[in-house]
Amino acid sequence: MLKLERRATPSSIMSVASPLLAAVGMLVTGFVLFKVLGKDPVEAFYLFFVKPVSTTYGIGELLLKTTPLLLCGLGLALGFRANVWNIGAEGQLTMGAIAGGGVALWFGDSESAFAMPLMLLAGVLGGMAWAAIPAFLRTRFNTNEILVTLMLVYISQLVLSWLVHGPWRDPQGLNYPQSQGFGDAETMSILISGTRVTWGIVYALGLALVAWIFSQKTFAGFRMQVAGLAPAAAAYAGFSEKRNIWIALMICGATAGLAGVCEVAGPIGRLQQQISPGYGFAAIIVAWIGRLHPIGVVFGALLMSLLYLGGEAAQMGMGLPSAITGLFQGLLLFYLLAADLFITFRLKRVAPVEANTLKPPVQAETAA
Amino acid sequence: MNPIVPMIASTVVAATPLIYAALGETVVERSGVLNLGIEGMMLIGAVTGFATTYATGSAALGFLAAACAAVALSLLFGFLTLNLQTNQVATGLALTLFGIGLSAFVGYNYAGLPVNRLTPITIPGLTAIPVVGDLLFHYDIMVYLSIALFVGVQWFLTKSRTGLTLRAIGESPSVAHSIGKSVLKTRYLAVMFGGAMAGIAGAYLSLVQTPMWVEGMSAGKGWIALALVVFGTWKPTRIVVGAYLFGGVTQFQLFAQGFGLPIPTEFLSMLPYAATIIVLVIICRDPKTILLNQPASLGRSFHSAA
Repeated sequence: MLKLERRATPSSIMSVASPLLAAVGMLVTGFVLFKVLGKDPVEAFYLFFVKPVSTTYGIGELLLKTTPLLLCGLGLALGFRANVWNIGAEGQLTMGAIAGGGVALWFGDSESAFAMPLMLLAGVLGGMAWAAIPAFLRTRFNTNEILVTLMLVYISQLVLSWLVHGPWRDPQGLNYPQSQGFGDAETMSILISGTRVTWGIVYALGLALVAWIFSQKTFAGFRMQVAGLAPAAAAYAGFSEKRNIWIALMICGATAGLAGVCEVAGPIGRLQQQISPGYGFAAIIVAWIGRLHPIGVVFGALLMSLLYLGGEAAQMGMGLPSAITGLFQGLLLFYLLAADLFITFRLKRVAPVEANTLKPPVQAETAA
Repeated sequence: MNPIVPMIASTVVAATPLIYAALGETVVERSGVLNLGIEGMMLIGAVTGFATTYATGSAALGFLAAACAAVALSLLFGFLTLNLQTNQVATGLALTLFGIGLSAFVGYNYAGLPVNRLTPITIPGLTAIPVVGDLLFHYDIMVYLSIALFVGVQWFLTKSRTGLTLRAIGESPSVAHSIGKSVLKTRYLAVMFGGAMAGIAGAYLSLVQTPMWVEGMSAGKGWIALALVVFGTWKPTRIVVGAYLFGGVTQFQLFAQGFGLPIPTEFLSMLPYAATIIVLVIICRDPKTILLNQPASLGRSFHSAA
């Protein structure tokens, strides 16, 4: 018989193994799902997970989608570590895109060398400004950041919708709700020729390194970690909760805003009604899969990016809705949460208590 | 015709799904469990209810199937948070993300199909009364059932023995456990009830309000329901009042658009979300309001040593 027993110390092996277990669980479920849908699972897996990245262009697409997921995931992971539940990275991304896109439209066709740096800066500031709202409301008015950040996602999307339908609509755009295309100086240069991947992925990977240094080697990072693991200890040590909340939200606002401007200045090349297929929400899963650790988040972002590519491939190649991506994402997070149980608990074999172990004395009695 | 009457009538219809979802979540939270998965369960309810009604033509079966599907999801949440003691916030978020994905996947082939709207009932003699008849006696059956639900939940939480046990568990599971109450069983039942109500709320969207299936059609209503629970300080009466206020806000935008107010529609559509934030600020401003009303064990796992 197996019994759950609490471990004396959390297992560090399990904390790395659990995302892998979760991925296996997701694949097994996917196998069954494809079978139920009447598709050959092996072929479907090939189409979903291998074919999209079998060409240079495909690798480029993988890195392209990794960029916003990684950027948002880094910021979220830092916040989750400190128990700051910002779930509105999608809104901060949208605001970053609006601010960066606004600067791009202001520069128009000018070839100014300042255009791109200013756009990136505006994107970062836009995201931070949007994240400042929940930070202020939480620290000043004690308002739950989960609900506020989420409501701000809807508001940011409506702001974007208003801009591309109204003031920023391209007059020559045949009434499509989109802005003018950005000029060459307002578009990020391609990193690998023959693909669409931009310098954004380099920024994102660089920031992963910075985030690692911040969380592992700085006092501010340490304070945030203590606040997450042991709030009472953090309070006793005099670490300011408000400062942690501000830092967590500002960093996430900045990275998500950067993600937004990288999208509009990269593959999209203009402002339009939809900028992200939910990268900000998928980044929540990225952060958890990555164990809230910057290096882990890189792998989490790559996996999630592959799920997006697979979903698109499944739509084109198998006629399945691309929403299958969301299904897999949700499954992955569920399996991860369940597998995480084994970080703090372990299965222990308990000697089976069987009925016949009670028998010998009875037999002895009858014999006597 | 007087525009006030249809305005109030549409407010009631807008508020009804919020009432179901928020009252369900109230019971869940009063037992000490925070389920952030309402949005996901609502979407599953919406798509299941729609598909069932589309196939059978029966709205009753649609609502029933919606409740069952959402209960199934809530059991998954219950297993993870109550048995495996996963983080309730993270698990609830997972439930929402999963629900959004699953509903979009399942509902792919149902997008844009028509279904017969659940029609308002006519009460002989009463519905025919001018103004009052339209205001009070001309809604679909689910509106009246939502009132019954409110009375039931209010009675359950304040007057019934089981409700007292549930509240005790929400305040202090260890004390309730020590006097022989089953924390696990009560919380499971509460989570399932919350799931059923979220499913019905979702089906109300796809069978009455819109009536069709659109991907992500709940558009944050599940989260607004969560905010309503805080707004109502975990008390059914205030939550229902809050739901009608919110219904009014969402309807105001439609009427303002109809009257041709010179405000871009996007800004009017922001109203419910902005109102949610403002309302949360007002309620949470004083930490004592939350401390005194929020179930003390909300969001914390309970692991009995035995």
